[in-house]
Amino acid sequence: MAYTDKTRGMYSEILTGLKSAGLFKQERYIHSAQAADIEVEFPAGASLKKVINICANNYLGMSSHPEVVKAAHEGLDSHGYGMSSVRFICGTQDIHRTLEQMVTKFLGTEDTILFPSCMDANAGVFEAVLTKDDVMISDRLVHASIIDGIRLCSAMHDTFKHSDMEHLEEKLQLHNDKRLKCVITDGVFSMDGDTARLDKMVELCEKYDALLFVDDSHSSGFIGKTGRGTHEHCGVMGKIDILTTTFGKGLGGASGGCVSGRKELVEMCRQKARPYLFSNTIAPPVVAGVIKVLEILSASTDRRDKLESNTAFWRKGLIDAGLIIKAGDTPIVPVMLFNAKLAQDVSRDLYDEGIYAIGFFFPVVPQGQARIRTQISAGHEINHLEKALDAFRKVGKKYNILGKTKLEIIEMYGM
Amino acid sequence: MDEMQESIKNYVVKEYVEDDTELTFDSPLISGGIVDSFSMVSLKRFLENKYNISIPDDKATPEAFDSVNKICALVREYVK
Repeated sequence: MAYTDKTRGMYSEILTGLKSAGLFKQERYIHSAQAADIEVEFPAGASLKKVINICANNYLGMSSHPEVVKAAHEGLDSHGYGMSSVRFICGTQDIHRTLEQMVTKFLGTEDTILFPSCMDANAGVFEAVLTKDDVMISDRLVHASIIDGIRLCSAMHDTFKHSDMEHLEEKLQLHNDKRLKCVITDGVFSMDGDTARLDKMVELCEKYDALLFVDDSHSSGFIGKTGRGTHEHCGVMGKIDILTTTFGKGLGGASGGCVSGRKELVEMCRQKARPYLFSNTIAPPVVAGVIKVLEILSASTDRRDKLESNTAFWRKGLIDAGLIIKAGDTPIVPVMLFNAKLAQDVSRDLYDEGIYAIGFFFPVVPQGQARIRTQISAGHEINHLEKALDAFRKVGKKYNILGKTKLEIIEMYGM
Repeated sequence: MDEMQESIKNYVVKEYVEDDTELTFDSPLISGGIVDSFSMVSLKRFLENKYNISIPDDKATPEAFDSVNKICALVREYVK
């Protein structure tokens, strides 16, 4: 089909609409490796600016860890650049199975299968293990990739109110006639940084004979005493039936994901999950890098311990400055501003002060809950966090929001 | 106002309304963003259990579920 002026005009109009609604996303070009200190070109063509990054998922500072970079180099030399094949034809190397076994051991599950990303793992897993005779019951705030996976699955779908265990129990009772019930949640929720009540969810799943699915992408490597994830934190290791996670955050930061859990369910994915069957898996240098990450994290908890103390310092600093944050103890720390324009203005002013943090607003978060989402890393030193706190205090003072209540901020700036 | 309208409205408020939004019998539920299309399934199951009916999937459309009054009209088609 010819790409006519009419077609071009139609798309231009949609894109213009996004811009006028303030929903147009613009990339910022980073000219350095991912780290606490980065060099950014923004807007495109501007001269480079050195800033402190407090919005990456680089929780454990592994993205540029010298041992991980070295391992990836060695993997590239020994196993090549790519496989030019999906796994089941001629795309599986010894290191792919080694990584699957290491992840199984690290997460305390029965077996693991790699996917090109956790987005792909979530897109493929439900369709592979559930049928139209089953029901999926998900928390209303699960990640977008889970929503996509649910849409691709023929099982019935219902939801429960965020972290509301009474409501979940009602739903388990309502759907008790289905062949299989699968309860679906994030481990740590990416926008609010709160933690799922997995101990209670395991109890309910055992009571109603339901499977439990957890996406631990924002937890693996650092939540729990030894960083195994939300299931360790909640004391339910070995009781999660399906656990998905990513290697694009705490576990290295490059790419890739997996489904880990009951061995029959993992095998079902190997036989039926479409993103596994019809896409190349993780490239050899990345596999070698993730293997090194797991070796480092299995040998010592130093990095997750540092992240924990950095997080406590950061949360206390923001509260002492008089800002409103979402309660919790994870390194996802949303600074609540409620108004979308205020969130964008504060983000821009922080950038001018050398702090890279992004504003989130509707439709990414509910209307009236605009915020700056900050994310702390073991790669941060205290002086990074002190500089960032100075910037928040300076910008907060400019907008007169320090020490103000939610209502007072809304009165000044609106929802 | 009858018992069915009130009962369905109460269920929708309890199940889906998480703030102080005022709901009328004609408030747009799906198109108004109060009930997401995923959550329609529990509403359908609630109606089937409460009124002892079976609503065919092709009749349980977002349009048919878009207000308390529309839901009542749908349910009455199947109540014997």
